[in-house]
Amino acid sequence: MSTYVPNTKAEQQRMLESCGFQSFDEMYACIPEELRLKKPLQLPEGKTEMEVTQAAKAAARKNRVYATVFRGAGAYRHYIPSIVKEVTGKEEFRTAYTPYQAEISQGVLQSIFEFQTDICELTGMAAANASVYDGATAAAEACEMCREKTRKKVLVSATVDPKILSVVRTYSFGRDAEVTVVPEKDGVTDPDALKQLTDGETACLLLQQPNRYGCIEDADAAADIMHEAKAKLIMSCNPIALAVMKTPGETGADIAVGEGQPLGLPLSFGGPYLGFMAADEKMMRKLPGRIVGETTDINGNRCYVLTLQAREQHIRREKAGSNICSNEALCALTAAVYLAAMGPENLIRAALACHANAAALKAKLTESGLKPVHDRPFFHEFVMQAADEAQAERILSALDRADILGGLPLGDGKTLWCATEMNTPEEIERAAAVVKEVLQA
Amino acid sequence: MKLIFEKSVPGRSTAYLPEPPQISLDFPLRGKPLRLPELSENQVDRHYTELAGETRGVNGGFYPLGSCTMKYNPAVLETAANQPGFTDVHPLQPDESVQGCLEVMRLAEQYLCEITGMDAMTLQPAAGAHGEFTGLLLIKAWHRSRGDTARTKIIVPDSAHGTNPASAAMAGFEVLNIPSDSRGYVDLEALRSAVGPDTAGLMLTNPNTVGLFDPNISEITKIVHEAGGLNYYDGANLNAIMGIVRPGDMGFDVVHINLHKTFATPHGGGGPGSGPSGCKAFLKEFLPGIRIREEDGMLHRTENENRIGDVRSFGSNFLVVVKALAYLMFIGREGVAETASNAVLNANYMMNRLKDLYPMAYDATCMHEFVITLEQMKHETGVSALDVAKALMDYGMHPPTMYFPLIVHEALMVEPTETETMETLDEAVTVFRKVMEEAKADPEHMHERPAATRVRRPDEVKAARKPVVRYDFGA
Repeated sequence: MSTYVPNTKAEQQRMLESCGFQSFDEMYACIPEELRLKKPLQLPEGKTEMEVTQAAKAAARKNRVYATVFRGAGAYRHYIPSIVKEVTGKEEFRTAYTPYQAEISQGVLQSIFEFQTDICELTGMAAANASVYDGATAAAEACEMCREKTRKKVLVSATVDPKILSVVRTYSFGRDAEVTVVPEKDGVTDPDALKQLTDGETACLLLQQPNRYGCIEDADAAADIMHEAKAKLIMSCNPIALAVMKTPGETGADIAVGEGQPLGLPLSFGGPYLGFMAADEKMMRKLPGRIVGETTDINGNRCYVLTLQAREQHIRREKAGSNICSNEALCALTAAVYLAAMGPENLIRAALACHANAAALKAKLTESGLKPVHDRPFFHEFVMQAADEAQAERILSALDRADILGGLPLGDGKTLWCATEMNTPEEIERAAAVVKEVLQA
Repeated sequence: MKLIFEKSVPGRSTAYLPEPPQISLDFPLRGKPLRLPELSENQVDRHYTELAGETRGVNGGFYPLGSCTMKYNPAVLETAANQPGFTDVHPLQPDESVQGCLEVMRLAEQYLCEITGMDAMTLQPAAGAHGEFTGLLLIKAWHRSRGDTARTKIIVPDSAHGTNPASAAMAGFEVLNIPSDSRGYVDLEALRSAVGPDTAGLMLTNPNTVGLFDPNISEITKIVHEAGGLNYYDGANLNAIMGIVRPGDMGFDVVHINLHKTFATPHGGGGPGSGPSGCKAFLKEFLPGIRIREEDGMLHRTENENRIGDVRSFGSNFLVVVKALAYLMFIGREGVAETASNAVLNANYMMNRLKDLYPMAYDATCMHEFVITLEQMKHETGVSALDVAKALMDYGMHPPTMYFPLIVHEALMVEPTETETMETLDEAVTVFRKVMEEAKADPEHMHERPAATRVRRPDEVKAARKPVVRYDFGA
């Protein structure tokens, strides 16, 4: 039907001839004849824009958008102020490339500098990069930052999200290095096991705060154990929780990472999301990916550039610490706009409402007959126990019929629940009532 | 321009969320205040409008950034991706509630396999380099699965993108760089003497990074296969050949594709991208991410038991995949080759109109991009590729890629893409020619360029020596 090629057939012919070709075939003469496709690609014929739009809408309609969501586990439904989409939809931001040419890229460079500042403020760390792919790759990159010749052992707490652990393992498979999982005890990292497993070859510990069960870890104790062994502490954090919770910086963590999706990015079936990474002064030059720095131009005016590029793949090639080139810049911009709109007041409100709603949900579900698995401080996620797996499944099905996406099944009748500022008291009441009905049936 | 933090006034706020219920917190709290910007919504809006004004996108003008495929990003792709049925879906919803998403992923995989000549594809990698890493781990897993642990080396031509050797190192391989010959092709003799029982594979871009299609490609991939290695295709330059010739038919076993280059999804100032990793059937069992299986008329998510392990959380940069699929649906079967042909035509047209004034690194029909070398001019007048690139900005043009590939001295790499009109190319040629005249007339002034931009050349050394990477709030 059509492409986005603007030149008419007549123009194309004129251009071909100006290059000395009679046809496109002749232009491609450098490609050996025997390799060229002889039959058309097995793809449908092109469609008009109207038909493409209709097809997209039809596919989207086959998905279900739940009225109420109590599921998190690494992807969270939060309120996104309308201004966020307005700003990030601007074509300049959307269609720009990586800001290699500083003179005509000050807008995007400054936006990244401001994002880096936001991340430093949230985490309490000294320096942040311009983003990596997601929270899991941020954690994996952080582990690689810590490995040294004589310290190759990476410890990962069993209470880290299994999806993150899987990615850390994959990156370690690449480097032919070991990952040791530190056992959990009562829903948090087992401190005795951690002490036992930490030795002179330990590079770092990856700790998640709050952890995969929603529980708050004793990060101070972990920091002490790591630093006593001259190893590093990496904290993987929820950025909304950081509005109120003790920061990695205050804990003495060496690197802070996390999934930035809660900062204004929609759920989008898993992506694009945003990995953030921040480090203390000493580790800054080991951060992977782009970093924007402040400088002046030849007239002495303040401006921004990509800096410390000697770390990166296009300069250091096989000696680079990471291969990352494209990152999640537009998602970082989204987070920066979200944080600028929300300001400290709204972000703290979001964090407090997450916790208050989760506490209310936990209390109501307990009243309905489910048992809390951990009796510990938590942020906005927690695990509840049903009588058995079959009962847990019946609960989720009943909720589903009520247009509620219940918690994430963890097996053995356990379910990981989550509440955010989006959940109303009425939704919590209704979910608890559905659960009660199933348990009493 | 003021930083957003410099516009902040304590107490300024918009009511986005209600006052939360009173609750006591039983976990350790932050001690330091949270110094996020405090602005009115109007101020936030204007701040970013100001920043957008100092950001150059493809929407703003010609963007011939070589190797980056800065083609027009059609508006309908945004419409397609912005459906609430896509944006508001949790990645861990039950299969029956995400049939539309799975259908999109399955179709995208199928179309991309057809275009590349591969048998299977994972959409999990979030960018090109991420796809490279994934593909190399497939190669590693395959050799390991056969008990062949001696294959520790990946061969990379000296013209390769920096991500190639960096990805190989991340995947645990030793990098063996081999030279290109005087025509910019893989030096067959060098390749023959490089391969052996320690060869895990070869990474290649074809058309290569100097913009030429390597005609010996079948011989190259054969040499590697006969030595027991596998061939990796870097899809960075797929835009030149899609629908004309397929990596799978050239002897490649593994590929990655950049949806944000070839398939028109926007670059977003550096991302998000999407770098699907494809492979031949014998490597399929190692693919990470979501595998989709149809049963009883329903699509189900599964995982490969032997997968290399996930390379990120969840299945894909899904909204980017939606955009790429919408693009492919629009251009369709014939549009794929038409797109490639015109990308190559536009590049040749521009090259031919410039080559009397700008020396080309190689005298041959180029593919979708061409490489200028200003080595002689640098030597004679002191005017560098950087100077020329910066001068182009004074005419509102985004400069070409500079100093890449590394094997060409004082390189400028120009990739016009197929979505530019003949008039735009003619105007660009006029600007290029004018800049060359200026360079000849007043070489010294070229070091001062750009002269017309608000911000002039930045002091990069200062930025790196004492890095300031965040706003200083003061005491």
